[in-house]
Amino acid sequence: MSALLEVSGISKSFDGFKAINDLSFSINEAELRAVIGPNGAGKTTFMDIVTGKTRPDEGEVLWGETSKSLLRMNEAQIAREGIGRKFQRPTVFEDQSVAENLTMALKALRSPFAVLGWRSSGRSAARVAALADEVGLSAHVARKAGELSHGQKQWLEIGMLLAQEPRLLLVDEPAAGMTLAEREQTTTLLRRLAETRAVVVVEHDMDFVRRLDCRVTVLHQGSVLAEGSLDHVTRNPDVIDVYLGR
Amino acid sequence: MTRKPFILQNPSTLIVLAVLAVLTLTVTLFSHAYGSGAIPTSMIKVLGKTLCLALAAVAMDLVWGYLGILSLGQMAFFALGGYMFGQWLMYARTEGIVAVALAQNPIPATPHELQDAVTNQIFGVVGSAELPLVWSFAHSLTLQLILILLVPGLLALVFGWLAFRSRVNGVYLSILTQAMTLALALWLFQNDSGFRGNNGLSGLQNLPGLDHVDQATLSVWFLWASAGALGLFYVLAAWLVSGKFGSVIRAIRDDETRVRFLGYPVEGFKLVVFTLAAMITAVAGALYYPQAGIINPAEMMPIASIYLAVWVAIGGRGRLYGAVIGAVMVSLLSSWFTGGRAPSIHLPGYVVNWVDWWQVALGLTFVMVTLFAPKGIAGIFDRMGPPRQRKAHSRQEQEANA
Repeated sequence: MSALLEVSGISKSFDGFKAINDLSFSINEAELRAVIGPNGAGKTTFMDIVTGKTRPDEGEVLWGETSKSLLRMNEAQIAREGIGRKFQRPTVFEDQSVAENLTMALKALRSPFAVLGWRSSGRSAARVAALADEVGLSAHVARKAGELSHGQKQWLEIGMLLAQEPRLLLVDEPAAGMTLAEREQTTTLLRRLAETRAVVVVEHDMDFVRRLDCRVTVLHQGSVLAEGSLDHVTRNPDVIDVYLGR
Repeated sequence: MTRKPFILQNPSTLIVLAVLAVLTLTVTLFSHAYGSGAIPTSMIKVLGKTLCLALAAVAMDLVWGYLGILSLGQMAFFALGGYMFGQWLMYARTEGIVAVALAQNPIPATPHELQDAVTNQIFGVVGSAELPLVWSFAHSLTLQLILILLVPGLLALVFGWLAFRSRVNGVYLSILTQAMTLALALWLFQNDSGFRGNNGLSGLQNLPGLDHVDQATLSVWFLWASAGALGLFYVLAAWLVSGKFGSVIRAIRDDETRVRFLGYPVEGFKLVVFTLAAMITAVAGALYYPQAGIINPAEMMPIASIYLAVWVAIGGRGRLYGAVIGAVMVSLLSSWFTGGRAPSIHLPGYVVNWVDWWQVALGLTFVMVTLFAPKGIAGIFDRMGPPRQRKAHSRQEQEANA
């Protein structure tokens, strides 16, 4: 089985500080992966590089069956290739209704003139209703996103990601600020999503990672320190040294 | 879900169109040309010009209120529209006058002599004997009408492409737009720019070929045209911001990085709206200057565009009717206060003369609106609608919590 995303030998420095140092990473279609590491290990920069927000100084990022390079594409083109990103802080469009937020995220042509010609149909309305139902916001579709609670905004953003129908989902610290019940719901959702697509979860919280029960990649100082099952990496002396021991 | 026609989903559009129709009809019925004559022709011209300014404000609201780009160079497009139409008005009218004068000669003038005489008439004032290249199409009404849309549209397209592509945003972009209009004005001020330097174009109040039509009638025609253009483009703008397109551009205003991660080409959307707004502004300018009678490069100085931003802010940005209300109210008040007819306020020891103090009052109003009523005058209308909705929400919440 060939990899969906293949990152090889990327490096990136900011003003002399090596945020990413010869990092290689790959993930298959339909795989759940947790990326952990202490602060400053390069987790966010890694996501920025994959989504096109930051360009690496060297290395290669290849995507899909045809091994297309993502480095020559901008953020929007990469998103259209099927890479979705969930930010740590919920970022929804607060001035617009839940339905408008979801409609905007629905998989459809993205060019200005295509959007001008877009009209809501029975199918798109049904899809929006189904998504709102899935993330528990059915009762709030007409409300402005800004009026939702923090947790509801998280769910709305997840709904928007689902609407995009990405092949690879990058999720930044999903458990932050969630209650225990919400965490459980999130774990279930992430594992279900990973049955049909690749999901990368960047997380601090070891407890949450344990629940995910998946392969783990440990980052340290911009490169991969260890990779394998959670039990495997937690037995690794290097990992204990830099991360878990503290 | 049944889909209502667009116009019924936007009752404010219907109200604006109705008010516009009533205004036009009333003015026509009280004009010298078509009615009782209670409204003087100069007043009709002021109203017609005000409608053009309102149209420019609607375009400004698209760019600033919906897309989030505080463009301080919109009046460059307005004045360019005026210049493009003005070229034909001035050329054709001069040609008519010169032809009559030359017809008295015993030998009929050749087309070449005719053109030389026209050139002398128009460009003698800047000491040029050659017809500048930029006047090549001035003889043709059709070509100049196309240029009204083409020249400002191309300028906006090229400027926007350069600025948006390098992701210039916020204050830097505002300063860049201001620099654009200033540079254009300074260039036009030069005598050899081909647009008569600081003399500008004049005599625009006459329509060539319609010498028998008096100003009283022409003023009403231009009022109709201005009202028609405002109505037409208002509906276009309302349609543009109502659907998914409107949703996306408001999202770009609020968080353009997030919109990129949704896969939308942000620069493309900015370019479409900016260019379209420039073209709408140019049409407004093309209708404005024939009613003003004269145009010169001072019209493009950055201060004019800043006024436009002030009108939209006071009226309420992000609401198309807010832009119209702001432009109409503030520009009419401005001309009243600076026209010397506003009564002075006699304070003990000081007389507040409005001609001097109006700018200060306007500036203070702008600051107050920005600080205390960010939604402007349109915010008052908003408050009339939502409370019912809000009550419904809180009821829903109570049910959910129960």
